[in-house]
Amino acid sequence: MSVDTVSMTGWGRTAPTTALRFRPRTYEEAAVAVTGRGPRGVVARGLGRAHGDAAQNAGGSVVDMTGLDRVHAVDAVGGVVACDAGVSLHRLIEALLPLGWFLPVTPATRYVTVGGAIGSDLHGTGHRTAGSFTRHVRSLELLTADGSVRRVVPGTDLFDATAGGLGLTGVILSATLSLLPVTTSLMSVDTERAADLDAALAGLAAGGAAYESARIDLMARGRATGRAVLIRGEHVPVDALPARARRTALAFRPGKLPPVPAYVPEGLLGRAPAALLGELRFRGARAARAGRLQRISAFFHPLDALPGWNRLHGPGGFVQYQCAVGDGQEEVLHRIVQRLARRRCPAFHAVLQRLGAGGPGWLSFPVPGWSLSFGLPAGLPGLGRLLDLFDDETAAAGGRVCLAKDARMRPSAPAAMYPRLPDFRALRGELDPEGAFRSDLSRRLAL
Amino acid sequence: MKNAFGAPQSLLVLGGTSEIGLATARRLIARRTRVVRLAGRPSPALERAAAGLRELGAEVHTVAFDALDPGSHEEVLGKVFAEGDTDMVLLAFGVHGDQIRDEEEPLGAVEVAQTNYTGAVCAGLVCAGALQAQGHGSLVVLSSAAGARARRADFIYGSSKAGLDAFAQGLGDALHGTGVHVMVVRPGAVRTRPARRGESPLVTTPGAVADAIVTGLRRRSETVWVPGPLRAVAAALRLVPRPLYRRLPVR
Ligand SMILES: Cc1cc2nc3c(=O)[nH]c(=O)nc-3n(C[C@H](O)[C@H](O)[C@H](O)COP(=O)(O)OP(=O)(O)OC[C@H]3O[C@@H](n4cnc5c(N)ncnc54)[C@H](O)[C@@H]3O)c2cc1C
Repeated sequence: MSVDTVSMTGWGRTAPTTALRFRPRTYEEAAVAVTGRGPRGVVARGLGRAHGDAAQNAGGSVVDMTGLDRVHAVDAVGGVVACDAGVSLHRLIEALLPLGWFLPVTPATRYVTVGGAIGSDLHGTGHRTAGSFTRHVRSLELLTADGSVRRVVPGTDLFDATAGGLGLTGVILSATLSLLPVTTSLMSVDTERAADLDAALAGLAAGGAAYESARIDLMARGRATGRAVLIRGEHVPVDALPARARRTALAFRPGKLPPVPAYVPEGLLGRAPAALLGELRFRGARAARAGRLQRISAFFHPLDALPGWNRLHGPGGFVQYQCAVGDGQEEVLHRIVQRLARRRCPAFHAVLQRLGAGGPGWLSFPVPGWSLSFGLPAGLPGLGRLLDLFDDETAAAGGRVCLAKDARMRPSAPAAMYPRLPDFRALRGELDPEGAFRSDLSRRLAL
Repeated sequence: MKNAFGAPQSLLVLGGTSEIGLATARRLIARRTRVVRLAGRPSPALERAAAGLRELGAEVHTVAFDALDPGSHEEVLGKVFAEGDTDMVLLAFGVHGDQIRDEEEPLGAVEVAQTNYTGAVCAGLVCAGALQAQGHGSLVVLSSAAGARARRADFIYGSSKAGLDAFAQGLGDALHGTGVHVMVVRPGAVRTRPARRGESPLVTTPGAVADAIVTGLRRRSETVWVPGPLRAVAAALRLVPRPLYRRLPVR
């Protein structure tokens, strides 16, 4: 097993810390890394796509799971896959799509591991109907502090603590997942302009499609504040394709651009480019356009075509913010969008979406209602205070802020947002009294 | 832990009565800092400083620490780090000395050198080791623009800061990639009252230095000049021929 000392950050590239990185290739090696941990504990890491400091552990050990990447078995009839936790969703889609199966929950990037997907209980734009990632987990194997392995199934406290548990209950070694049947690798996509935030909210509330989200132009001001492009998608059934296209109906061919260079100066994604991009996206979308065919990769993961795009924010990195509030609390979203627009914050990739019923995960993010997410350059003056204010408003409305993406919350904030946090702490106290599993996030927020 | 904006949750100020140190602590408490340790020679002033910060809502401890006793640094600072993570260390102690007197009484000059340089080297290394072991943290070293090029008027002080500055830069390079961030801060002449009209724009205040430190933390800067234009002035002064430099008016 290779072991080295490296400095790590999350995808936002803020707050680097150094740890001993273990790269196990077998479950036994993973157990050695956990039992041989130092006084500063250990945490699992997947592909490091969490934006904040969830998958780093200053001065301690980090178990990089990406070497544990075997797909054990695929039940191509029943739609079930068993695989190691280090397998990426990209690999799974590559293997499963030609067999007519897809992942029931897909985040905005394929480059996350199954372990990371469970650890942050991913949600996709189809949350309203599909729920979050762990709803589709049939069982998982969890390596605990003493080096033993437990099989964990839904309906148990340990499962509910591990689903969205940010790696703090143990290292997930493998999982068995249920899949979604598809007959093509294409999506039928409808886009529609929404002139302001109210129109976007109304458009999403109407609902109907399997996958729905609104890309908000946060640079637009005045009457256009919160204008958006609504995007709705459905899997295309094979009989809707022309005969010639049916032969390759399930092909998976993601396109890829050359990676972003290692060094990009600060401020490349400033106000002017953000405004321009927002304008282009809004104008570029036709007022209403139905039934456009798009590949699965282009529909779900457009950013994956540009490897290392997080470097575009320059060496200062960026901060991702995602909050959720219930129905009837739209006023909070209005206030947040208005403040961002008024301050001309160069937000990129602002997405509004519907959330359906929450899962059982104690620290899992989704609650029924709305979710709003966006990224901002970490160097923006006054950003810390602004986001604290958003936290307060969200908490006051009974909502919550996503922990897997957090890099800046106040330690007092999660208790107000996650009512099951005391249960989570109690379970950890019993299962892992020494606090073997620790991360920078858990230290910062005293989870 | 520091957050994405470089704001620490726990702070250790070496030189706990330093105006710049306290101004920085006040600003950081307004952000994320909850635990502050003020290290210095036990005195009523140190306790007063601690009480002042407590009023702002932080948990404040005082630590008996003497820069002139390097032999005790490992033990004293080791205890501080053993109590929990220290996300930021601000090395703020230093004495100005009295140039004219110190030229006549070399032992006075030695004390300036021992405090500003020897003491800081020792405490700096001890803290660097502890920060490295915890895998994260910032070490902020208060140098001085006077160290950029020694002047006739205060070269004893200036040379001690020049030594400290070179040490801190080297330490920053040594710790590059370890998760520990070293930031060298070079203020111009620091006045505790606001600058008067007509006074040189290169004069600064503890508050301004503290603001620059907070910004530097956010940007993970390696060197910070306060005020900013001082960087260019110092670069220009370095090029002035000696016969001329010697005769420059002294502020
Ligand atoms: C471009 C982009 C788009 C995204 N879109 C979405 C989205 O649409 N919806 C959404 O929910 N999230 C989204 N995310 C967030 C991201 O998907 C999650 O943070 C995910 O957890 C990252 O997976 P990873 O494998 O990279 O895990 P890491 O970032 O390495 O780790 C994330 C967390 O999971 C834990 N973990 C990882 N592996 C294991 C394991 N084997 N056992 C136990 N714990 C483990 C870690 O300890 C850590 O707490 C997005 C991120 C990016 C960069």
